[in-house]
Amino acid sequence: MTPHMLTRSLDRGATIFLAIVAACGILIPLSNLLLPADSFLQVPTYLVALWGKYVCYAILALAIDLIWGYCGILSLGHGAFFALGGYAMGMYLMRQIGTRGVYGNPILPDFMVFLNWQKLPWYWYGFDMFWFAALMVLFVPGLLAFCFGWLAFRSRVTGVYLSIITQAMTYALLLAFFRNDFGFGGNNGLTDFKDILGFNVQAEGTRAALFALSCLALIVGFLICRAIVSSKLGKVLIAVRDAESRTRFLGYRVESYKLFVFTVSACMAGVAGALYVPQVGIINPSEFAPGNSIEAVIWVAVGGRGTLVGAALGAVVVNYAKTFFTSGVLAPYWLFMLGALFILVTLLLPKGIVGTFNAWWAQSKEKRAATSVSAAAEDGVTEPKMAE
Amino acid sequence: MNVMDTRATSAMLYLDGVHVSFDGFHAINNLSLTLEPGEMRAIIGPNGAGKTTMMDIITGKTKPDEGTVLFDGVTDLTRLDETRIAELGIGRKFQKPTVFESQTVQDNLLLALNVDHSVKATLFWRGSKAESERIDKVLETIRLTEARNRLAGSLSHGQKQWLEIGMLLAQDPKLLLVDEPVAGMTDVETHLTAELLKEINKTHTVMVVEHDMTFVRELGVKVTCLHEGTVLAEGTIDQVSSNERVIEVYLGR
Amino acid sequence: MPAHLSARLCSLALSLFLIAFALPAFAGPFEDAVAKFANDDFSDTEEAIGVVAGSGNKLAFPIISALQDGRLMADPDSKKVYVTGADGKSIDAATGEAVASVPDSASAVRLNNRLRRSVDAALGSLTLQSPDVGTRLQAAQSVFKSHEETALEAVDAALAKESNKSVKTALGEARAAILLFKSDATEVEKLEAVATLKARGDQDALALLTGMGDQPDSVTKAAASAISSIQSSLAVWSTVQNAWYGLSLGSVLLLAAIGLAITFGVMGVINMAHGEMVMLGAYTTFVVQEVIRTRYPGLFDYSLLIAVPLAFVVAGAIGVLIERSIIRFLYGRPLETLLATWGLSLVLQQAVRTMFGPTNREVGNPSWMSGAFELGQITITYNRLWILCFTLAVFAILLAMLRYTALGLEMRAVTQNRRMAASMGIATSRVDALTFGLGSGIAGIAGVALSQIDNVSPNLGQSYIIDSFMVVVFGGVGNLWGTLVGAFTLGIANKFLEPVAGAVLGKIAILVLIILFIQKRPRGLFALKGRAVEA
Ligand SMILES: Nc1ncnc2c1ncn2[C@@H]1O[C@H](COP(=O)(O)OP(=O)(O)OP(=O)(O)O)[C@@H](O)[C@H]1O
Ligand SMILES: [Mg+2]
Repeated sequence: MTPHMLTRSLDRGATIFLAIVAACGILIPLSNLLLPADSFLQVPTYLVALWGKYVCYAILALAIDLIWGYCGILSLGHGAFFALGGYAMGMYLMRQIGTRGVYGNPILPDFMVFLNWQKLPWYWYGFDMFWFAALMVLFVPGLLAFCFGWLAFRSRVTGVYLSIITQAMTYALLLAFFRNDFGFGGNNGLTDFKDILGFNVQAEGTRAALFALSCLALIVGFLICRAIVSSKLGKVLIAVRDAESRTRFLGYRVESYKLFVFTVSACMAGVAGALYVPQVGIINPSEFAPGNSIEAVIWVAVGGRGTLVGAALGAVVVNYAKTFFTSGVLAPYWLFMLGALFILVTLLLPKGIVGTFNAWWAQSKEKRAATSVSAAAEDGVTEPKMAE
Repeated sequence: MNVMDTRATSAMLYLDGVHVSFDGFHAINNLSLTLEPGEMRAIIGPNGAGKTTMMDIITGKTKPDEGTVLFDGVTDLTRLDETRIAELGIGRKFQKPTVFESQTVQDNLLLALNVDHSVKATLFWRGSKAESERIDKVLETIRLTEARNRLAGSLSHGQKQWLEIGMLLAQDPKLLLVDEPVAGMTDVETHLTAELLKEINKTHTVMVVEHDMTFVRELGVKVTCLHEGTVLAEGTIDQVSSNERVIEVYLGR
Repeated sequence: MPAHLSARLCSLALSLFLIAFALPAFAGPFEDAVAKFANDDFSDTEEAIGVVAGSGNKLAFPIISALQDGRLMADPDSKKVYVTGADGKSIDAATGEAVASVPDSASAVRLNNRLRRSVDAALGSLTLQSPDVGTRLQAAQSVFKSHEETALEAVDAALAKESNKSVKTALGEARAAILLFKSDATEVEKLEAVATLKARGDQDALALLTGMGDQPDSVTKAAASAISSIQSSLAVWSTVQNAWYGLSLGSVLLLAAIGLAITFGVMGVINMAHGEMVMLGAYTTFVVQEVIRTRYPGLFDYSLLIAVPLAFVVAGAIGVLIERSIIRFLYGRPLETLLATWGLSLVLQQAVRTMFGPTNREVGNPSWMSGAFELGQITITYNRLWILCFTLAVFAILLAMLRYTALGLEMRAVTQNRRMAASMGIATSRVDALTFGLGSGIAGIAGVALSQIDNVSPNLGQSYIIDSFMVVVFGGVGNLWGTLVGAFTLGIANKFLEPVAGAVLGKIAILVLIILFIQKRPRGLFALKGRAVEA
């Protein structure tokens, strides 16, 4: 990223957002580690882990917003990229277990021993090294997105068709990962992790560090997204979203643009998944369930598509509500609420929380000053409009 | 791309024996037409004559069932897609004005500028002085300097037409296809548009589709009348409008 | 003897035992022979087996089968012999009278390998001549499988008396199987045996022929030709079988997808809650059956006929409600429609879960839908067959409806040009609601049929939604015939891939193929062309 891209991406909203995330990323781990346990301000470890999960979801939401909010690609399969990143990390964590597994096999993870496998399948090679696993976290989702996108965008599969085949993609992966002979632990997935880079994954310090890292990843991801959408490429993306074929007649190779953001977005989702796994301690095929991906889309819709801050905010708000409701007496009603959320947001709040706020802000500003109409456009907070 | 050894024709645009049918309906029938470099041609014809479809064929939106479409004497347009054709230097204004409604007027023009359109170039793009000067100039030409920061969606119908012409100017193509540029404009605006097109024609080859006969007369260029997907008559506006068959199709029998 | 067969024989033994119970016993050679079991001497036991088996006494079968299972208890002191049933009750083997308990001194009559074989043979011949046709057939088939030489006599004896045609064939085949493996059978006998097995022509015959070991040249040759002929006929049958499974799956897919073809294909509305409409139809069937079970048990066979219109009305009404309250605000925004209807599907699922519980509910097959029949080498179940017929009927009715009724005409008009239709006086919003209701109602009907072959649970719809979308997208949007062809193509392709790749991989392969197919033809097999589509 060149300096001019950085300065261009940092408008006021973005700066505030980054400041808040950075503050959380620093203060919460510190409070967890340094303050005495009975202190009022001490954040207990279970909350650090829970919030770390939210931050990972926020990264996933950013990834979805980048393609949906700015390019009109509604992927119902982003959970697949998230899960693939998670599996790559999970494979590293599995190999770190070493002889501490139930069967004590130094090479083979327990489930392979259980299945009577004699040697490690080739696609597990290299995952004992962190750098390799980290590379795969980006590479595997990225490659899948690239191949998938290349096929889909080149033949101009758009709109709901694309949504449906992305859903089919994650569904196919779900079926595949459920199989034992696929070599990823089948039904149970990968779990019982011991340590990461030599640190115990259960330890408070590790958890605090993972939380801080997740916040850092959110910041970096946000900056990348901002840099993309505030560049000329961002304008092209919006053009594609609003009038795809018109963009072609101006000489833009629309499929390359879509492929680019789709791949970037998939890599981001992969990173989110990779940070998620050590914090929740398990990755299993249910992460591929189509319902998960579509739920992630609703976070973005709630927060406001086409506003990156909104996507992150939506992820946190909805997941906070989920934790709150599913742990209380209201648990049986959570699905009603989630379902109603889908319906109400699309019907009544199509711009989402942040989008609506921005529109209101721009209006009142206009009234106050009645000077420039440019604010909305320069903030990059243009009204999302369906491409179809 | 299919580059032939020698120029097959001196024409800028050369259509020969083109056929298109949609589910059995023949929209274009044995259409042949040539446009010399630097020429401006007005295309008229009743509704459904196939004027827009012809532009669709030239710009790669619709693939003809048979026939030759050559650009600049060497390039077979039927084998290329819209992007490639636009890159070659064919710009188009749509019948229904299509601008990027959620972006500003200025950004619409920026998007249209004929600079490197690759992903990398747009990602690392930083505005240059030359670019903003060109945009300023176009804005002035299309009289939208005041509205440069307004969202294109908030423009009036006529302003959108102008913006689209402005986008053509920014694109600076070799061949301009202009579909019904004055629909929804006042007489004064129509006149200005005619002036503008004549100005553009000094440096570009232009094809204009229009129903407005005063406008066509004002352009004062060769006129081609299409009917049922084929050329009915060609010549000056007076020749064409006195052609019996043209009168017949316009008045209907 | 395979486990299920011995279980059957046990129950048979028990029923025979009950008959025997009523008969007066008489002293004679049978009783003497029975007493010999108490001698604990292998040759005496053998003799006893022979006499008992040949006695024609009703107790013979329970005794011998008890002997086989180690349930024949003999008291060496009193020379009394008892049969203990699987339920722990015992009878006196000689008289058939119930006894309170078997004396402690009694122990199970022991067998050695040789004896065991004669027990098998004796049992075989006993059951081979059982009065029940089913039992005889079972016995003949089990002899065929074991092809023990010792059973030959019993088979021959049974064959001589047998009058039922299918049992006779089975006995002939059993005989052939024995002869094929009998080392001292003549060449002629063996050739005949090969011919019989060839005529049988199934997997079992093939296994016998390939595993028969050293044989005279002529027999080996005959067997080789029999093998290849069986193999080719089996290949044909397995293709037919796959095709049938494919048709059956295709009909299920079609049924689930037709409603979608209307809402998505005709109206362009993505209804992610479509699967839930199917589920509602299935639960309607459940409720109907519950009511019938408790109030009018006699009507059970008509439960589906009652459920079909009800499911249509229930799902259709809910569909109209959904259209009026949600979808109509989202026309022209397909992605939003998708999200809202997904939310709706969550609500509907949870509502059903709250009302009916999260577990599977029992929906029964009426008598005319249960059972199966054989067609050559394949088995066709009635429920699958009926579903296929039902699907085609629904399809035909729908097609006719679209073509010949006023609503159909209006629907097509609105689809093709909404504004024009409106200006011609068609109440487009009414048509929208009815069209959506129609699509949902058909989904409800699909639920009735699917309740017969699938688990009725709140998740029922989820398992169909992706498949149905694939069918519609594959077949081409806006074209019912495309949906038909799409459903059957996918169904058949799936079933032909399954044996090669396994069920899950087959399914994955299909999904991947569709994804690739959409690359080639983004608008499906039978695509509509023209501006209407692009708009
Ligand atoms: N994609 C398409 N699918 C089906 N029919 C089409 C398609 N494109 C054009 N047509 C038909 O081809 C004919 C020619 O249409 P076209 O738009 O080229 O006419 P036009 O001369 O531009 O008319 P107008 O003056 O009204 O703009 C029309 O009858 C139109 O309905
Ligand atoms: Mg036209």
